[in-house]
This record gives sequence, structure tokens and C-alpha cells, in this order.
Amino acid sequence: MTDAAKPSTPKTALGRFLDSDLWWSFTHSPVVMLAALVTVVMILSAVFAPWVAPHDPFDLASLDLMDSLKPPAWMEGGDPRYWLGTDDQGRDIFSTILYGARISLLVGFLSVILAMLIGVTVGLIAGYFGGLTDAVLMRIADIQLTFPAILIALLVDGVMRGILPPGAHEQVALFVLVLAIALSHWVQYARTVRSSAMVERNREYVQAAQVIGLPAPLILVRHILPNVMGPVLVIATIQLALAIIIEATLSFLGVGVPPTSPSLGTLIRIGNDYLFSGEWWITVFPGLALIILVLAVNLLGDWLRDALNPKLR
Amino acid sequence: MSASSIPLLEIRALKVEFPSRRGVLVAAQDVNLTLEGGEILGVVGESGAGKSTIANAVMGLIEPPGRMADGQILLRGERIDALPKERMRRIRGRRIGMIFQDPLTSLDPLQTVEQQLVETMLTHLDISEREAKARAVELLEQVGIPDPEHRVKNYPHQFSGGMRQRVVIALAICCEPEVLLADEPTTALDVSIQAQILDLLRRLVRERGMGMIIITHDMGVIAEITDRVAVMYRSRVVEEGPTEKILTNPDHPYSRSLIAAVPPPDRRIDRFPLVEYIEKAGTQKKALDLSTHWLGQARDFGDSGGPLLEIENLTMRFLVRPSLIPSRRKWMTAVDNVSLEIREGEVFGLVGESGSGKSTVARLICGIYTPHAGHIRFAGEELTAMRLRREINRLRRQMQMIFQDPYSSLNPRMKVRDIVAEPIRFHRLAESGAEVRHIVDDLLEHVGLGTAAALRYPHEFSGGQRQRISIARALATRPRFLICDEPTSALDVSIQAQILNLLKDLQEELGLTMLFISHDLPVIRQMCDRVGVMRHGKLLEVAETEALFTRPQHPYTKHLLDLMPRMRHEA
Repeated sequence: MTDAAKPSTPKTALGRFLDSDLWWSFTHSPVVMLAALVTVVMILSAVFAPWVAPHDPFDLASLDLMDSLKPPAWMEGGDPRYWLGTDDQGRDIFSTILYGARISLLVGFLSVILAMLIGVTVGLIAGYFGGLTDAVLMRIADIQLTFPAILIALLVDGVMRGILPPGAHEQVALFVLVLAIALSHWVQYARTVRSSAMVERNREYVQAAQVIGLPAPLILVRHILPNVMGPVLVIATIQLALAIIIEATLSFLGVGVPPTSPSLGTLIRIGNDYLFSGEWWITVFPGLALIILVLAVNLLGDWLRDALNPKLR
Repeated sequence: MSASSIPLLEIRALKVEFPSRRGVLVAAQDVNLTLEGGEILGVVGESGAGKSTIANAVMGLIEPPGRMADGQILLRGERIDALPKERMRRIRGRRIGMIFQDPLTSLDPLQTVEQQLVETMLTHLDISEREAKARAVELLEQVGIPDPEHRVKNYPHQFSGGMRQRVVIALAICCEPEVLLADEPTTALDVSIQAQILDLLRRLVRERGMGMIIITHDMGVIAEITDRVAVMYRSRVVEEGPTEKILTNPDHPYSRSLIAAVPPPDRRIDRFPLVEYIEKAGTQKKALDLSTHWLGQARDFGDSGGPLLEIENLTMRFLVRPSLIPSRRKWMTAVDNVSLEIREGEVFGLVGESGSGKSTVARLICGIYTPHAGHIRFAGEELTAMRLRREINRLRRQMQMIFQDPYSSLNPRMKVRDIVAEPIRFHRLAESGAEVRHIVDDLLEHVGLGTAAALRYPHEFSGGQRQRISIARALATRPRFLICDEPTSALDVSIQAQILNLLKDLQEELGLTMLFISHDLPVIRQMCDRVGVMRHGKLLEVAETEALFTRPQHPYTKHLLDLMPRMRHEA
């Protein structure tokens, strides 16, 4: 139409990104920018916890039982060394939160990646080949959906406890958790990717690839996969928040990571015992950290879903 | 039209803008049009020229953030563009009726035809429900739907495409509007149905003294039905006048190039005149020497002497209702016992209406579908019997396909260079990465795109340019057989002319054999040496092109030729 409305397209990848609608909608939404900032800060401080945290809560030598159950620094009886107070073993709450967030995020990311791998693979195969393959895979997914996530996690955990020698469980607890959460979450990826793949399969560029002679795995990976990743990334972001919550729930119930390397959920559980004897800070601060982290990630996911959906624009 | 009388509909200095964050896009400007009762005004132009914007402005249906920035719209001398929403709503449907392109999406699938007609009439007219029901039947009869008493109780999906469009027309005229706006009313329909719908519209306009604006990109439709034409180009009306004058002796250079680009149905021309006015694609090409050029290397085709492609009793069925029990499965036969031969070096055309199975034949040949029965022999080798992947790929390399939809035939996530290089890399047709890049640049140059295109993504190109990328990709395997499945039906007519020219040049230069599939008879006549006519999956007739167009044998072929929209104003 009119030439004036046509912008010149930037050539570099960065330039294209800064010019995209996605970046534009990001910079025009203060809430999302705040959520992104919070997420980034929390992830960074969790990753660099050993350098950021004022104390090492797992260094038994530095713990002093005399410092146990100290209230936050601004309260009466608070110790300026322990900003958010200490728990029953004299560990600094602020430091344990940083270390705990590290475990929570690690479990979250790993389980999302694993769920994504399983789900995307199943979805691509089911959507592209269709027919009997599709029917079998999707029925398995349906069966999977009838089990609530917690139940699957408890099941996997129980089985693992049975198989592994008692001492070994602590070391693999984290991976059991990852497996449990991933197993209960892959279906959503599979469903989404399957429906996108069914649409893409009938596009002419896929037929063009078939005419060239490319074998199916190559077509799936090179042509269909990049075109179905948009919704997958959205789900992954939202699922990250969900995975962190489930990890916290499981740890709270005592089937998650062991207390020697506590996640946010473990911290909340430990603190729960002291809630009614007045030491509220042990459970409230990890709880707040969990809420803020999940809320921020969720807001990002919601925004990403809306920004990538042309119908809502 | 006398100067003192007030025209039925008048558009004065209309300007419509769509502000966006990248600046203001002007969709229509300086548009001045008048319409009298009983008159049909055609608005013609290519996609994006602003045709539909005019209709939307008249209806007061410009999608926000778009807005009417300037101008007036007058219905019988009364301004309607600035009316409050509620009053405009009463004019829409009551005094101005609208027919949309896609009849399926413009009807409510959950309501019967009767419910929709009655609801519309009760909203706008002061009549009882009984009268409205009686009128609904009457209307269906007027638009030529057989057995209207029963059909009125049906849901939209129970009608065929053409019948559905008749229902849409009945809905548009049910309140006796003074003005009828039709936006590409026949574009989604087959030729035989198009002719009937145009007849119906003309009859209704003449009988009721309505004024009608018909918006189309199709010169055939313009010639068939309109009294006057307005030609739009880049948001402006560049020329307006009686249909006969515009079609035979247009003043504006754009109109001239547009008319020249329409393939003549009644004779074969060597090349389409170049339409420099529209898309500045490099049209001058270097002649290439096949003996030294990459495209000429390894033409290890081994002349078999016989036809290049033989199809024998080919049959293909699609499962319509799957079931575990074989006897309960339902099949639809898409290709029914088709046999044909394509000789080395010729262009074979397949023509037929939608659903006739012509695209399925193409997909069977190049292996996207597997036939249920029959044989395909390519260069004397039985394709249908091959099992080894290596064997199949060796033959696949020699046949390539150009697809209909330029917007979906290129992977949006890949750069043009990678799209064109993929077949070269996969079939290992080049020694090194540098050679691949060199070949890709050369191919892009050759299809008239220029080497700068290699580093960009498909979405940066227009439909015609994308089709050139498709052609470059198809050539990248050094094929000897090219299947073109409706390669220009998604393109504007001027772009179509360029693409057809390019295909003709390539065919001659490279000695390609082509299977050219189209529903468009004039295009087939320009491109093909021999033509096969398909209907309901069966091949009805095969003949030399000129013989088919002058002495059709099968009654269906005659029927198709009769329906071909002709430039009846042509001398």
C-alpha cells in the first residue's frame, strides 16, 4: 500500500528482535517488565547463592546453636548478622532462601526440560504420522491425564524408595522429583504440539520437503519443529511456575528433597512446626519468596501467551 | 445521469487510514464514486489496492484502529458516515445489503436458513413472523434454490457452495435494500457456479432497480456483469468509466497494463506483455549455456525414447469415516482409474473444477500420496514398485513441484538461501559449501530475484516473489520434470503474467517437461501443448490444446468452455 508505512527491516538478529512486536509489547507493559526484573534477580541470586549469600547454611562448622531461632534483624532480640532471622539450627533464613530457591529452580527447569522433550517428541510423531500411531500415543496421554500430578509424584517416589538402597535415595531424590514432575506434565506439550504438527503437516512447505525426498525425521526436526515451538515456549514458562509449586508441595509433604539440602518447600515445612510457637519468620519468608517467584514467572508466561497470540493483539 | 438528480449512493473524497505503531497506512484516498439505481459499478484492482476498504467504509464497518479520516458518504443525498452507531445499524441490512466472499463464514452455522432470514426481517421490517416466514420461502425461490419450502429448514452446511452463496444473497436482499455491496462474491466458487451467481445478481439488480457495487480482482467478472468500472491502484481510483471503454481503450497506464496481463481465452499468445508498472522484478535475464552451466550438468537422464511419464489405471481413495471394522469404513475416491502419458519436453495441462482430483494426481506422481491401485512409470522405470529409498530418491530428484499457495509453501523460519540450498545439500549436488552458495545465488538471479534475496526470510517478499523462490527451489535439484499445481491462482493477474512468462522461458531453456494444473482455462491455453479434462476423479478427455478449445469432444468440456468468462466487449 503506501510506502511510508513500510519500515526498512533491520539486518542483524538483534536489530530484528528490538524491532519486533514482542519486544515492543514488552517495553510497553510495566507489570511485565517488573516481573521479568524480579525473575532475573531471583534466578541470578539463586545461581550465585554461594557468592551472594551472607552465610553458608550448609557449612556445619559455621553454625552455632546459640544463634538459633533469632527473629529478623529489625525486631527486638534480632541480630544484625541475620537479616531475616535464623531457624532452629541457627541457619540464616535469608541464606537458606537463596540456597533453597536454587534447588527449587533447578528442579523446576530440569523437570520442564524433561517434560518438554517427552511431550514435544510424542506430539510431533503423533501429529505427523497420524492414524494408529496417533491413536495409541494419545490414548497413553489420556491415561496419564487421569492421574493427578501429586499422585504420580508420590508413586514414582515410592517406587524409587523401594528399588534403591536406603542410603542412595538422598542422592537421587532430586532426580526422582524431576522425573515425577516431568511425567505428570508432558501431556500438555504433546497435545499442543500434536495439533500444531497436524496443521503444519498439511502446509505446502512440508510437502515440498517430501518432494525433495527428505526422510520423515529430518522433516520433523528441521521443518515442523521450529514452527511449533512458539506455543511450547509459552507452556514451558507457565509450567515452570507450576513445577516449582509442585516441588514445594512435595517437599512440604516430605517426599521431596531431603532436609540436608532444603528447597523452598522444605523450608516452609520446617518452619511450619514453629509457626504456632511464635517463630513465624522461618516459614513466612520462604513462603513469600516462593509466592513472588511463582507470580513473576506466571506473569511472564501469561504475557508471552498473549503477545504471541495474534488473535488477542 | 442528470446533474440535478441526487445519486443513490455517493462517495466524496473518501480517505481511510489505519494508524499503527509503524506509522499511518492510508488504505484509500481521494475516492469519489457515484452509483445510480439499477446500475452495477465494478471496483477492480489488485490485492491491497483498497477495494474492500471502500465497501467497509460505506457499511460503517471499518475495523478499529482504522478510521475514516476524510470525506463523505451519502445515501440519497443524506450523509450516513457520521451517523450514531444505532442508526447506522438500522441502515445496514435495511437499506444497504452486503454479500461477502466466503459464503460459509458469513452464515451462522447453528441457525437454519429460515431462522436467519426471519430474524433479519423482523429486525428491520414491520411485519409479523408469519409473513416473514412466507417471505423467506419466496426469497429462496427468487434466488433459484429448488424446493424452497423444505430447504428453508436446513442448516448452512447442508447446502453446497453455490447454493450457500444464493442463501447469502437472499439474506442480503431480504429487506429490499437500495444498495447492494458484493465483495468478491464469486471468488470462492467454481466457474460454472460463478456464471449462475452473476446471472442471478444481474437479474436482481435489473428487476428491483437496486444499485450494486461489485468488488473483484477478476476482469472476467467485470466484463460479464458491470456497467461502469473504477480501477483502483495503491489506494486511489486511477480511472473510472463505462466498462466497454475501460476494457477496450483504457486511458491510465495502470489500467492498460492490467488489461494486457489478462490471458486471452480465445487465442494463444507467445508471451505476456511485460507489466513494468506493478512489480519491479528484474526481468532481463542472461541466456545460459547448458553445456557449461550447473543446471546443465549431469543430465544423466538416459533417453528411453518412450513417453517420460506414463500413468496407468491410477486410483486413489481417501478414508472419510475411519472404523476398526473394514466394512464400516467409508471411502471417497479422489482419483478414479486415470491413465495418461506425458511426452518428453511437452507441457501437459490438467484442468477441472475444485474437487476434480487434479491436485491428487500431482501428489501421487511425486510421492506425497501412495496410490491404492495403478502404475506410474517415469522414464521407463516403475515408480510404484520401488522400495529402496536410494532408488526412489534418484528418481525423485528428477521431478519437482511448484505449489499453489506462496504463503505456505516456504518454511517461514528458514532463510531463502537455506530453502533453496536444502535440495542441493540433501542430494549432494555440490562439492562444497561455497559452491552451494554460488549455485543458490545463480538460481535466484535466474528466476529474477537477485542475490540479495538469499539472506532474507520469506515473509519479507510479496506473493509473486515467493513464487519465484519456490521455482528456484524446484530447479535446485536439476529436475527434468516439473509439476506446477495452480502456480498462479493465488496471485494477482499482473504477477501471474510474469510468473507464467518465467515458467515458459525456463521450460524452453532447460527443455523441461511439465505437468501444469489449473482451473483457469485461459491460462491453460497459454501454457499447454496438450490438455486433459478431469471431473469427479475421472479423466474425461485428452486432446491437443488448440483442438480442445476449438473442437471439444466431451459434453463437460463444452460446458466448461461455454462458461469461460469472456471479455464480451472485446472486438
